[in-house]
Amino acid sequence: MSAQETTTTGFMGWIDKRFPATKVWNEHLAQYYAPKNFNFWYFFGSLAILVLVLQIVTGLFLAMSYKPSAAEAYASVEYIMRDVEWGWLIRYLHSTGASAFFVIIYLHMFRALLYGSYRKPRELLWIIGVVIYLVMMATAFMGYLLPWGQMSYWGAQVIVNLFAAVPNIGPDLSTWIRGDYVISDVTLNRFYALHFIVPFILAALVFIHVVALHAVGSNNPDGIEIKDGPKGNRWSPDAPADGIPFHPYYTVKDLVGTVVFLAIFASVVFFGPGFFGLFLEAPNFQPANPMVTPLHIAPVWYFTPFYAILRAVPPMYDSQFPGVIAMFASILIMFLLPWLDRSPVKSIRYKGMVTKVALGIFVVSFIALGYLGMMPVSNLATIMSQVFTVLYFAFFLLMPIYSSLDKVKPVPERVTA
Amino acid sequence: MKKLFAAFTLALVPVLGFANTGPQTQPAGIDLKDQASLQNGAKYFTSYCIGCHSLGYMRYNRMARDLGIDDANLRKYFLVGDAKPGDLMTRSMRVEDAEKWFGVPSPDLTLVTRWRSPDWVYTYLKSYYADPTRPWGVNNVMFPNVAMPHVLGELQGTQAPVMSHHAGSTPVAEGVKPLTAGTLTPAQFDTMIRDITNFLTYAGEPVQLERQRLGVYVLMFLGVLFVFAYLMKKEFWKDVH
Repeated sequence: MSAQETTTTGFMGWIDKRFPATKVWNEHLAQYYAPKNFNFWYFFGSLAILVLVLQIVTGLFLAMSYKPSAAEAYASVEYIMRDVEWGWLIRYLHSTGASAFFVIIYLHMFRALLYGSYRKPRELLWIIGVVIYLVMMATAFMGYLLPWGQMSYWGAQVIVNLFAAVPNIGPDLSTWIRGDYVISDVTLNRFYALHFIVPFILAALVFIHVVALHAVGSNNPDGIEIKDGPKGNRWSPDAPADGIPFHPYYTVKDLVGTVVFLAIFASVVFFGPGFFGLFLEAPNFQPANPMVTPLHIAPVWYFTPFYAILRAVPPMYDSQFPGVIAMFASILIMFLLPWLDRSPVKSIRYKGMVTKVALGIFVVSFIALGYLGMMPVSNLATIMSQVFTVLYFAFFLLMPIYSSLDKVKPVPERVTA
Repeated sequence: MKKLFAAFTLALVPVLGFANTGPQTQPAGIDLKDQASLQNGAKYFTSYCIGCHSLGYMRYNRMARDLGIDDANLRKYFLVGDAKPGDLMTRSMRVEDAEKWFGVPSPDLTLVTRWRSPDWVYTYLKSYYADPTRPWGVNNVMFPNVAMPHVLGELQGTQAPVMSHHAGSTPVAEGVKPLTAGTLTPAQFDTMIRDITNFLTYAGEPVQLERQRLGVYVLMFLGVLFVFAYLMKKEFWKDVH
């Protein structure tokens, strides 16, 4: 942990004269000072990277045996499950990994909501994060078509048809996306190509996300800028007093989090990879049949909150377009979050009761919409979806009002232990 | 904060209140460790079912290895037609014939228990009833207007439907009662159906037992790793306050 940025002798000296290895190591790990008061919610960033790597590695091995054709895709998945050595494990790691990725990202985003991690100076960090989330959803959506089961097929059919609701260009747009008038072999091929390449874009975005994070520094549960506080700690006279080097402190701490996560993850992979029909949906154990529409089509659980919002908005002028707008708006509105929050404090710890209640209502609405999005359409479900959709948007749209009116508690000078 | 949290949790309860509909299934009593039952199920399947229904992703020799069937017995009792041990368990009927005789191609059953659930398959096979309006003279509680005849009818005997009596709605069959006896007693027939369902559940995911066995070791390893990781974290963090 020396302060010098380069070594001049030995093997590392040779490297450092040609590539800033020691410099990068220090700037991003050994001399990157993170607030010392990270709690439970701060495990999910590194876990998300872990799962991304897991998805890319398992995906690569699946790609070696998978056949992206309408005639062979379904059988090739069962071939992987039965005839490929360890194929079942690689496939379950990948299918469970997809859901785990969303669980982790939702918790990671919730952390940002709790502690105001999207506020100045982290607006761009948050925006890059939302872009990552969007790219992740696109990747997951395309990947879900690949097993070519009934739900793969009809889920993709329903979602791509949403683009047909766009006025004027809609029908052509949806045909252009599919490459055909219905989901077909052509669609499967292009989704496979994209599902393979987009994760690398995702990895690049994650890199940019981390660069942005390390430029502004990490937020913490108190929402205090440690860079603005007193200087000087055991490692450096210029470093923030409340900062500790990411390595080794947070590397060893994240290792504990990683082991706990892996234990939960392994429990699902080895003892319930279907996870009550949520991670692997029962209808997807039937091969895709373009001639038979399932009675009930629902996307995978991580999309259902937005699907519920889509269904909550009634068609207007014989068009589904308002629902489609609402669905996309429910995601895109997250981009505005840094400017909607007008509270003088960042962290929920020092915000008032109104904000706490608002966040609670938002969480309940999101989970309720997720549940309603899985259910068949009924009058009661539609009304409830409408109520929770309004609450979902109210959380964001009313935030400038309630966040500036709400009482706040005094923020301490230094982070609390 | 705790009270708030409790209040929000309670707020979710009414959302969960949607009732399930559809006929009740009966528990199949799946036990993948019961090799005798699995072998019997495999025997019934290759005798009664495989003519029309393939297990198109399942190989004979994989089944033999997992169920403890030796090569001689596999060849003697299980292989259908000129199938070889390494072959997939495909059916003999042609798709065109199935469509001609039954109106629909008979589905592959490799993953039927993962799609429908074992309990559904078990209940379905027991829920045929006499219905003279249908082409084969039978109908099914679980699968109204099913195209498949009651292949096991001779063994089970015939059954009559138990109709629902809900005011204002047309009565539907919601259960069956015995009409005439078959060559098996009801208990024997139940065991047979259970064995078939057990075998199909195995065929849906042959690796299931192995997966669970390995999972125990993986979790034990992670448990040990956790102890060391935790102690290391403790040691490093001693001086942070």
